[in-house]
Amino acid sequence: LKHLRLPHVEYVKLLDRYGKESTIGTLYLTATHLIYVEQDNHTRKETWVLHHHISSVEKLSLTVSGCPLLIHCKTFQRLHLLLPRERDTQDVYQSLIRLCQPVSEDELYAFLYNPNQTEAERRDGWDLIDMATDFSRMGLPNEFWDISSINSSYELCSTYPSLLGIPKTATVATVTGSAKFRSRGRLPALSYYHKDTKAAVCRCSQPLSGLSSRCVEDEQMLKCINDANPHCPFIYVVDTRPKLNAMANRAAGKGYENEENYPNIRFHFQGIDNIHVMRSSLQKLLESPTMSDYLVGLESSGWLRHIKSVMDAGVFLAKAVCDEGASVLVHCSDGWDRTAQVCSLACVLLDPYYRTIKGLMVLIEREWISFGHKFNHRCGHLEGNPKEVSPVFTQFVECVWHLCEQFPCAFQFNESYLLIIHDHVYACQYGNFIGNCQREQQEMRLRERTFSLWPYLLQNQAEFQNPLYKRATHNTVLRPSTLPLHFKFWCGMYNRYDKGMQPRQSVVNTLLALTLRHTQEQKTMTELQRLAVVDGILPGPIGTVSLPPDQNGCPRTTPTTSFGQSNGDCTSVSTCAGGKEDSGLEMSSQKEAEGSSATEHELQTKTDKPVSMVTQKEKVTESL
Amino acid sequence: MEFAELIKTPRVDGVVLHRPFLPTVEGTLCLTGHHLILSSRQDNTEELWLLHANIDAIEKRFIGSLGTIIVKCKDLRIIQLDIPGMEECLNIANSIEALSTLDSVSLMYPFFYRPMFEVIEDGWNLFLPEEAFKELESMTDEWRLSEVNKDFSICPSYPALVTVPKDIDDDSLCKAATFRHGGRFPVLSYYHKKNGMVIMRASQPLTGTSGRRCKEDEKLINATLRAGKRGYIIDTRTIAVAQQAKARGGGFEQEANYPQWRRIHKAIERTNILQESLIKIVEACNDHSNSMDRWLSKLEASNWQSQVKEILTTACLAAQCIDREGASVLVHGTEGTDSTLQVTSLAQIILEPACRTVRGFQALVEREWLQAGHPFQQRCAQSAYSNEKLRSEAPVFLLFLDCVWQILRQFPCSFQFNEHFLVMLFEHTYASQFGTFLGTTAAERVKLKLSQKTVSLWSWVNRPQELERFLNPLYEPNSLVIWPSVAPQSLLLWEGVFLRWNRSTKCLDEAYEEMVHIIEYNKELQLKVNSLRRQLAELETEDALPQTP
Repeated sequence: LKHLRLPHVEYVKLLDRYGKESTIGTLYLTATHLIYVEQDNHTRKETWVLHHHISSVEKLSLTVSGCPLLIHCKTFQRLHLLLPRERDTQDVYQSLIRLCQPVSEDELYAFLYNPNQTEAERRDGWDLIDMATDFSRMGLPNEFWDISSINSSYELCSTYPSLLGIPKTATVATVTGSAKFRSRGRLPALSYYHKDTKAAVCRCSQPLSGLSSRCVEDEQMLKCINDANPHCPFIYVVDTRPKLNAMANRAAGKGYENEENYPNIRFHFQGIDNIHVMRSSLQKLLESPTMSDYLVGLESSGWLRHIKSVMDAGVFLAKAVCDEGASVLVHCSDGWDRTAQVCSLACVLLDPYYRTIKGLMVLIEREWISFGHKFNHRCGHLEGNPKEVSPVFTQFVECVWHLCEQFPCAFQFNESYLLIIHDHVYACQYGNFIGNCQREQQEMRLRERTFSLWPYLLQNQAEFQNPLYKRATHNTVLRPSTLPLHFKFWCGMYNRYDKGMQPRQSVVNTLLALTLRHTQEQKTMTELQRLAVVDGILPGPIGTVSLPPDQNGCPRTTPTTSFGQSNGDCTSVSTCAGGKEDSGLEMSSQKEAEGSSATEHELQTKTDKPVSMVTQKEKVTESL
Repeated sequence: MEFAELIKTPRVDGVVLHRPFLPTVEGTLCLTGHHLILSSRQDNTEELWLLHANIDAIEKRFIGSLGTIIVKCKDLRIIQLDIPGMEECLNIANSIEALSTLDSVSLMYPFFYRPMFEVIEDGWNLFLPEEAFKELESMTDEWRLSEVNKDFSICPSYPALVTVPKDIDDDSLCKAATFRHGGRFPVLSYYHKKNGMVIMRASQPLTGTSGRRCKEDEKLINATLRAGKRGYIIDTRTIAVAQQAKARGGGFEQEANYPQWRRIHKAIERTNILQESLIKIVEACNDHSNSMDRWLSKLEASNWQSQVKEILTTACLAAQCIDREGASVLVHGTEGTDSTLQVTSLAQIILEPACRTVRGFQALVEREWLQAGHPFQQRCAQSAYSNEKLRSEAPVFLLFLDCVWQILRQFPCSFQFNEHFLVMLFEHTYASQFGTFLGTTAAERVKLKLSQKTVSLWSWVNRPQELERFLNPLYEPNSLVIWPSVAPQSLLLWEGVFLRWNRSTKCLDEAYEEMVHIIEYNKELQLKVNSLRRQLAELETEDALPQTP
């Protein structure tokens, strides 16, 4: 608590997106959250923001009405506060700057947070997702592939998982030799095995080929991968980078595979840009949507172009595996950003399992966490190099969302599942996304000191269900269209906190409420039937309503989502009906402002919020 | 004129039809006076029946003796016909061209169409102004139904009956009419039950450069204001455009002459600009070679989404004046037959829950578009592909439907009809077997004797077996005013129209069916539970009877 210069400030104004409409309330700073409490006669609205979610705090220049503070969040929430006194503003600013960028890992929320679980529950929670189980689901090990513990002490590759899928024919010498020839030792290893075609998706980092170097073991390694697929005489090697970037790397002793040295490979570039381009693209995307030239801004940010490039690469992989039965080896530079995106997206396309609630967890755990996507750096969990931060995982989540839009019945989960995962990646409330690789996670003893997110999500899965999910009809590969016109701006993510911009009635929630009612009605039905039989209206235990089998094999427990009709709110016309020549513009921004300040969660609606938030709230209320 | 003269080759065998996302069909192509038909003459295969009136443009190509005709339809579909034989192909192409550009209204298909169904409820009699007025009378006595225009001489684009303030006599109406473009004096468009405020509509006043005024016009609109109240005039044009109109005899209401009114200018584009916008957006949607940047920049350059935004914003403004400010509104642009109607009709959808039902929406289209004199026939003569010189074509009504769709998307449970209903209306405004959208004004429709010689679209739509497809399974009547968001992020491209032929709808149809299934199943369950409950309750009362003799 030493970084808290000021526990609370009164008479703080919260401005809306356009810096206009405001509410008055009190701002509290706790060890973990920033809380804004708006209180008038009848309502008490609270806005909770986790310090870890804050990406930047800006002090704007003084105005007559107060000292403005602009807070941007990694969840794309935005708070525009107006404090009455300059000194307070400075204190709040200093505190937040310090609190949102912890210096050491021990300061992360996950090490404080306890969702009231016993040690046994904690252990079970961490054991929920297990790589060996997933390998055996894929049918591994088998005659072609081994599950090797050659990296169990992380000596072969420090950023790889302990268990690796390796071709059976690859000798220890081949594996270690290949690792030495790959950037950071990230050797070719199995990402996904497609049972039907026996084709595999493998991943690695770039070879240290430079201008002319070669490595017999690495060449042998690729041959082993090729041999592990008896149906196809070649493998695709996909370099997800733009060709120019890959060529530039050659000068630094890295680069890409030379087709002449590797027998039977077909080499492809995919042209996904690097983390720096992605970071600045997102920045532009978030700045741009001003009203008049929204589409211009969307275009110049390049964001959807990048999303499409990731999707195209994913589709390329899925097609190679599914249509040609060819194995694919994917890399970028280090093989932990673009490679993770593309491999995991291919898995979602290829295997319906990864389109389920549990399956997506397994996929993230394998392709992102265990294969060493550097969550600490990319999410900026700790104070560090801002150039390491990049929305790589966000892009993967967005690609999945685009697929959900194109295939509304193919996914077991709905949009809010993607959003909550995205929130937790940045929240550091659970241990899953802390650290840069498995080895670091073990060193931090996360399994003993923090809790896993996945059990929490599974317990609350009712609200993440897609009521339209029809597994039976989507049991094969997805073939999305990647024409530009099928990509759209994801308002539900980037304008999530501008409630006024979202549809006022939600189809998903309505249908979820109905499916919940089904369960209740079915219970009532059974009870009534029992009574009816007792009373002799019904002759014995026949005449039961035929209930459709729960096709997803998943308990439809009580969704907490409630649905209500609402109408929007609307600003007064008098301020803008001035008959001025340009009143049109003003008016439109007035209109757009409606409801955009609705970022508050009401304290009463505890059910919508993660259990953790509620617990935390109790703590805070005590400390207030 | 006989259609036969235009058909040199009525039949060709071995024609291959290509459509996006559908299997190719080989069969016989037949031309009739009104249709292009392609049939494989096999059971269980779909036949193509295309109204010539639906054809917007054709292109022909030859490779050897194999001719290809690309048919571009007004509903934005593009199909390809491979026709063996150069002469046959040329003949077919010439016939299609001639038959699809017939100018005479009386040769249109609706005059030849005989329904295969029994007309139970004649759509021509469903939405009579007298009936609408009866409803108004039950709420207020401040208005009367005037017959001043019964022979369409005061205002040729108005219906025979118009609703005007009770205190204004027909003579004043005649004088006010001379002061308004095309004689469109201010009439009632909408009465807001909740607070008695009204939306009126008109055309621009003919002030000219000299600043003419008209006491009767001023009196007429002032008669709609309560004592001490002010109203708003929403001019759908920018002030600059309105100023320019003065030079051509038009203009806008001067503050000095209308002191009780506050004027607001908006910027809804004129018809020719809207048509260009349509052509550009359709071009962008059909070009699949676009890169992402090119697609977005073309979408932006089409300005279509900006038009939607501007129209919706103006409608919200009108609705706000009524519901939030408690002030009456007069809406006009130049002629009062296009942007004016977009605004008044959308404002009603926002304000009035009845307009969000199937019948209410049909009534709205009748009242605010057909009877209000939107020149459908001129506006919908050509669509996005035509190479002909533009006359007065413009997607004014399509933009209105797009705006309705945007609201529907934001309030998916508040409309009794679904997206298919809106798409269906779009199709029928451009080509139809029904007479509803023929003609340009009420006067012309009377002259064409449409109600006797053609079938009304509503007669068909309202049959239960047709209506079923157009009902929104999520509908829960919502008695509130619904305020749509007009932020650009909230306004989407209407894929149901613009990408309709550029995507496979299999997955979307499947989702829709699943949604219907969930809702139906829920209803079924509830019925069963209720009936069991009732039986049990009855049994209990029976049991109770002997004890209370």
